[in-house]
Amino acid sequence: MKRKSHPLLGIHSVLMMIFIYVPILLIIIYSFNNTRLSGDWEGFTFDWYASLMTDDHVLEALMNSLTVGIVSTIVATLLGTVGALSLRGLGRRWKGSMNGLMYLPVIIPDIIMGLSLLVLFNQMHVPLGKATVIIAHITFSMSYVYVVVTARLAGMGKQLEEAASDLGATPWQTFRHVTWPQIFPGVISGALIAFTMSLDDFMVSFFVAGPSSTTLPIYIYGQVKRGISPEINALCTLLIVVSVVLILLAQFFLNRGKGQKKHKMLPI
Amino acid sequence: MRRSKLLITPVLLWLALFLLVPMVIVVVMSLMSRDTLGNVVFHFSLNGYKTFFDSLYLGIYWDTLVLSVVTTVVCLLVSYPLAYFIANASPRVQTWGLVLITIPFWINFLIRTYAWVLLLRTQGVVNTLLIHFGWIQEPLQMLYTKGAVLLGMVYNFIPFMVLPIYVALEQMDKRLLDAASDLGATRWKAFRHITLPQSKSGIMTGCVLVYVSTTGMFVVTDILGGAKSTMISNIIQQQYLGARNWPFGSALSVIFVITSLILILLFNRAMQSRADRAKEGRA
Repeated sequence: MKRKSHPLLGIHSVLMMIFIYVPILLIIIYSFNNTRLSGDWEGFTFDWYASLMTDDHVLEALMNSLTVGIVSTIVATLLGTVGALSLRGLGRRWKGSMNGLMYLPVIIPDIIMGLSLLVLFNQMHVPLGKATVIIAHITFSMSYVYVVVTARLAGMGKQLEEAASDLGATPWQTFRHVTWPQIFPGVISGALIAFTMSLDDFMVSFFVAGPSSTTLPIYIYGQVKRGISPEINALCTLLIVVSVVLILLAQFFLNRGKGQKKHKMLPI
Repeated sequence: MRRSKLLITPVLLWLALFLLVPMVIVVVMSLMSRDTLGNVVFHFSLNGYKTFFDSLYLGIYWDTLVLSVVTTVVCLLVSYPLAYFIANASPRVQTWGLVLITIPFWINFLIRTYAWVLLLRTQGVVNTLLIHFGWIQEPLQMLYTKGAVLLGMVYNFIPFMVLPIYVALEQMDKRLLDAASDLGATRWKAFRHITLPQSKSGIMTGCVLVYVSTTGMFVVTDILGGAKSTMISNIIQQQYLGARNWPFGSALSVIFVITSLILILLFNRAMQSRADRAKEGRA
């Protein structure tokens, strides 16, 4: 039987979408507005983007964000994937508690994670800088990689691997030629999510970054607290575009080669 | 199995060192004292917790609780119909609806919060439009109010509420509704007695997510609330990065986590009893 929703529900849903997207679209529109102060539209310009490209603080923050993002993504992808693979081979008792531990960074509020890492680094006399930010980012983003790869592993079953070892493949050969090709899109998807999380993170970085390791979100926070500026609109627009493209790519890899009727959404 | 244990060791070590140990240190630090320079001294003291029972901080704690609960309720009220609509729509609309709900989740919340500064400030979009249409003469003060903070929180956390409710509604056995209508139940009755109880797990998950996130989010109050609306998370942040009273900041963090844990426990208890009742009903 076909159930149709009440028309009011449809109207509500459209209004909600407008509510969600108007503020985001406004930033994008204003980043092209040829005025520094007024709320009116004064014509189209690329000036704010141009002035970003020559702003040393922005470029430094960008370089920091990219360094932190790339290094933390590589390590987090490695740890998250190894975690997902090895957990599968564990007994049930171990599996439950390990799984809980791997999920913990997703559940713990960012502020708690940030301040507890700050306390740790302080007690170990580690100076705050890019290294501390990288360590913090690895800690939360490996969980996301783990979640995505685990979902991928659960979807593929063990029959092919069992068949391979029955036919005399060594464990390494089985992994190399059977397991890895199947989980590869999941690993890529996890890596893209890890990179996006790193690029976007503010809360954790805010606690563990030093003066020389300002990332883009930390820079934006400092500027936003001082008020609005068209350059910030431009910078936010760039960050929005990059995040959305990365996430759509992650989604694409997650669904690749799965031939499912219904598309799986990324975990949150 | 032995190989698996060997492989997982570095992962375990990492999580132990950078996740568990730091939290243990925070708990220990909340029971320490500090010297006049603000350094932590390893000498047992309950001062961190005693400071919390200052009327100033108790008031802020209460404000935080109220704001978090109100945010959660408002999020639930606006998100449930949306989740319901998406879950019952055609597969095409479902896919698009989900993508549209998920995208904001991946856009930095700092940026999403900042967007409201553009809208709400004195020369902002809302005031400009209202004056343009002649509905008001003078711009309204909307930024740096409690309403702005509530709006910013709700705006940021709607996806947290929609997604779990959607998942619950989507997994529900829709034949139950056919059965209900065959037996003469009105749409409202069917919703009240079938859909709503079946989506309870989603509602609970969404509420816990929104509540905990709101409590821990100092940026929204910072940017949209100005100095007037301070929350516990603002105080925690100040204690760590400004005032340097780490034992007090740690005590606040412990209180924050314990409050959240109690909430999640209550949530589990509620779910458990529901599952038991369902089992009894079937027996």
